[in-house]
Amino acid sequence: MKKSLFIFLLGTCLLNVANAQKFFTKTGRIDFNATAPSSPENIQAVNRTVTCVLDAANGNMQFAVLIKGFTFERALMQEHFNENYMESDKFPKAEFKGAVANNAAVNYSKDGTYAVTVKGKLTIHGQTKDVEAPGKLVVQGGKINTTASFAVLLADYGVSIPGVVADKINKTAKIEVACNLEPLKS
Amino acid sequence: MKQPKLLALFFLISISVQAQDDLLSLLGEEKPKKERVKYAFKSPRVINAHSMEFLNPGTMDFRILHRFGTLDQGYKNFFGLDQASMRMSFDFGLLHNLMVGVGRSTFKKEVDAFIKYAPIRQSKGPWSSPVTLAFVSGITVDGLPWSDPTRENYFSSRLAFYHQAILGRKFSEGFTLQFMPTVVHKNLVQAASDPNDIIALGVGGRLKLSKRMALTWDYTHVLVGMPETGFYNPLSIGLDIETGGHVFQLHVTNATGMNERAFITETTGQWGKGQVRFGFNLSRTFQLKKPKLD
Repeated sequence: MKKSLFIFLLGTCLLNVANAQKFFTKTGRIDFNATAPSSPENIQAVNRTVTCVLDAANGNMQFAVLIKGFTFERALMQEHFNENYMESDKFPKAEFKGAVANNAAVNYSKDGTYAVTVKGKLTIHGQTKDVEAPGKLVVQGGKINTTASFAVLLADYGVSIPGVVADKINKTAKIEVACNLEPLKS
Repeated sequence: MKQPKLLALFFLISISVQAQDDLLSLLGEEKPKKERVKYAFKSPRVINAHSMEFLNPGTMDFRILHRFGTLDQGYKNFFGLDQASMRMSFDFGLLHNLMVGVGRSTFKKEVDAFIKYAPIRQSKGPWSSPVTLAFVSGITVDGLPWSDPTRENYFSSRLAFYHQAILGRKFSEGFTLQFMPTVVHKNLVQAASDPNDIIALGVGGRLKLSKRMALTWDYTHVLVGMPETGFYNPLSIGLDIETGGHVFQLHVTNATGMNERAFITETTGQWGKGQVRFGFNLSRTFQLKKPKLD
């Protein structure tokens, strides 16, 4: 009786650990582009220090991005991005908490390319909104390459654009995410 | 009997690990990093005086400065707007704490150049400094014809130098204050009784009114070496307005000069008598060196 309980519990523990396979990166990339069609200059930036964790067991996925980590071509644009638009001292991070909606369709132990939909809550500039984005998971050799692309309406996140630059900055920003996830050893 | 209890504990822990929804915490806490406190001023100049802020590396700041005539001239000279004195300058950001600049003023046809370096910049996080300490050294070259061509004149007589320390702090998002002890040395002075060295203490600040507008002021008090009559301490009060790629600094000041030698030692206007003038600085920055985004 004792022994069977012992085996049962041990087995459950191991199973839990096996299920809890997680993947992560701290060097993911996000491209941001809010260039208006009439703008003479590109309003775009890149962040190469995106943190992401994916739980293969349930498809849960989280991202964290430091706003100050966005690099623009023009330093002045970066200054305005941080100071006037994103207020990065007040809201240093953007976060996403969500899940791969069709996680069952992904076989994390088999190489392949899987079309996925990611749903969750995106927090930017202190404002949280539900978002849904199509993406791609490429499983290869125990690692996962994820890409996704979606648009955010700046006004949804309390980012207002003054009239003088309305012809330069688009009302929606295009966000492209690319992360190479590696197994998280716990 | 002990073992199952222990295992049950493990079981619970393993379940709780699986059930936790904050995945990012699995990566451990980020170590706090030292981070520079940026954007203490909108521009590397408060109004006339150097500010504790630097140009971003790889950028050039093209500045056009105008000072009009004194307001007390009334409508006859359209409150001074009929006359204008100007300075044009190019400043370059080399490192986050190093910049150089060169300018030319119509007042005395003077060329000036400076180098500005900050050994300590205000930061937060571990090993941070609560203040920025910067040093500026500059030279001015008078371009007027010799006042007395009959005597022997030396080029060195055209030169003046200034050295300044800037000790400043951005206290909050909206408020910045700095002090600037300054020495100005003039190789040639007007009268034999005029001192060649002038020691002054400046104070400058910014109060943000909105995201893109700020109230600024700078004042320099000459402590030692002010000629006895006719010269006053320069005080400027202004409004910084930021529009995309430009910063407009609109202000009123009693100083005409737009370099340290001129505005610290040769300000002839008096605030009390309405001898103040309207002026503006227009700053446009250009990115000369662009970081790669790909």
